[in-house]
Amino acid sequence: MQLTGYRRPDGRVGFRNHVLVLPTVACANGVVSAIIRKAPEAVMLPMDSGCGMLKEDQVVFAKTLTNLAGNPNVAAVLCVGLGCEAFKPDQARAAIERFGKPVKSITMHNAGGYAATVENGVTLVRELLAASSKLRREPVDVSDLVLGLNCGASDPASGLTANQALGAAVDLLVDAGGSAIIGETTECVGAEEEMAANAATPELARRIIDTVHRFEGHVKMYGADLSTGEPNQGNMEAGLSTLEEKSLGCIRKIGSRPIVDVIEYADIPTKKGPMLMDSPSYDAPSVTGIVAGGAQVVVFTTGLGTPFGMSIVPVIKVMSNTPAFKRMEDTADINAGAILDGEETIQDTGKRIFQLALEVANGRSTKAEDLGENQCQIWRTTLTL
Amino acid sequence: MTSKPALIVIREKDNVATATRDISAGELLSFAIVGWQATLTARQDIRFLHKVALRDIAPGERVYKYGAVIGEATRPIAAGEHVHVHNIRSLWGRAKS
Repeated sequence: MQLTGYRRPDGRVGFRNHVLVLPTVACANGVVSAIIRKAPEAVMLPMDSGCGMLKEDQVVFAKTLTNLAGNPNVAAVLCVGLGCEAFKPDQARAAIERFGKPVKSITMHNAGGYAATVENGVTLVRELLAASSKLRREPVDVSDLVLGLNCGASDPASGLTANQALGAAVDLLVDAGGSAIIGETTECVGAEEEMAANAATPELARRIIDTVHRFEGHVKMYGADLSTGEPNQGNMEAGLSTLEEKSLGCIRKIGSRPIVDVIEYADIPTKKGPMLMDSPSYDAPSVTGIVAGGAQVVVFTTGLGTPFGMSIVPVIKVMSNTPAFKRMEDTADINAGAILDGEETIQDTGKRIFQLALEVANGRSTKAEDLGENQCQIWRTTLTL
Repeated sequence: MTSKPALIVIREKDNVATATRDISAGELLSFAIVGWQATLTARQDIRFLHKVALRDIAPGERVYKYGAVIGEATRPIAAGEHVHVHNIRSLWGRAKS
């Protein structure tokens, strides 16, 4: 299938053409929502933070916010803030300008109040919408596609069906020159050796192990242990016997091709192929980091089902079993339970996922997009002050 | 659905398979591993998504699923037996400490 996308000034390719109105702090969520109500062709990402952070979290916040706006699915950006937050709208605009796309900013404290911010915002958004609507799709290569991989609301069938089928799809993508980012470092605990064995170089293998151990160490600071109580009672009743078994099921998503890099949270990859991003397993901050990394399409596997979506990126939901798929069909795009039902092989379902990812890249909407689902959360590893 | 296999074997190396439905003790199960077909008699009831031994596994022997080690046997496991926390244990952390 010929892929078509929007070639952005930084050379990356977008498969959506969104004008993003981006709050630089939670205090601006309301005013941004008001702007979107008057200019509904634009999209927003809700912020849950932006203030009261230690330096360590401020740095990650600024980088993630910047790289979210840089995602090639975004044609143009309006940053809207209050004025006293850690990363102000003007600073965000200056940082986002490096991507070469149109970017504007408004600061509520200087704009003349709430209503004036909305009015100015709507005017700016309409200008950005008019300019971006002139952009056209052009033929692009499969190697331009960066697939984000995530799982959530998992069950013991997830590893067996959905994650393995996604791994097969990733192999097809990687063989065609494309890339995939898997996050959720915490889910690798117990399978880090297996993942490291698949690294392209011994140095990368060490970094995979180090990244997992660093996360474990961080959790130990709080007196907790990631392996304690895993697999949990529910997992065990459902048939999972060991931590290794649970984690191995999770990492099947990355497929079988050599892992080419390990990157920090929200970093933009410099290599092509399958990669690990250090991120938490909680859906919203994990996918937020992956999308900041530049993934234009996300495939999300789930056993129980979840409505998860994000405005600037299509999220394809793959469910692990047929009964749950039937219950949550209005949130899910593919039923990998067909493998358990004996109707498809892992390869068959993998091909279907790959095919759908290409169709979605070309413009077909996902259930999460149809529902207007929109979660965003920038990972914080220290305290709220 | 008459053709639905009762077991899924993921890799050739695996010595356990996963039940795709509830299996009753005494059932003759057929399964396929990359090109060859074999049969196995379930020695116990095996619940949906639980594991069954494809071969005899000796105490201390590694247990493979996804072609990777998920633990070791803590007692002799006969082909067709339920494989779970009562007869295998995690190896994670043992090598490190």
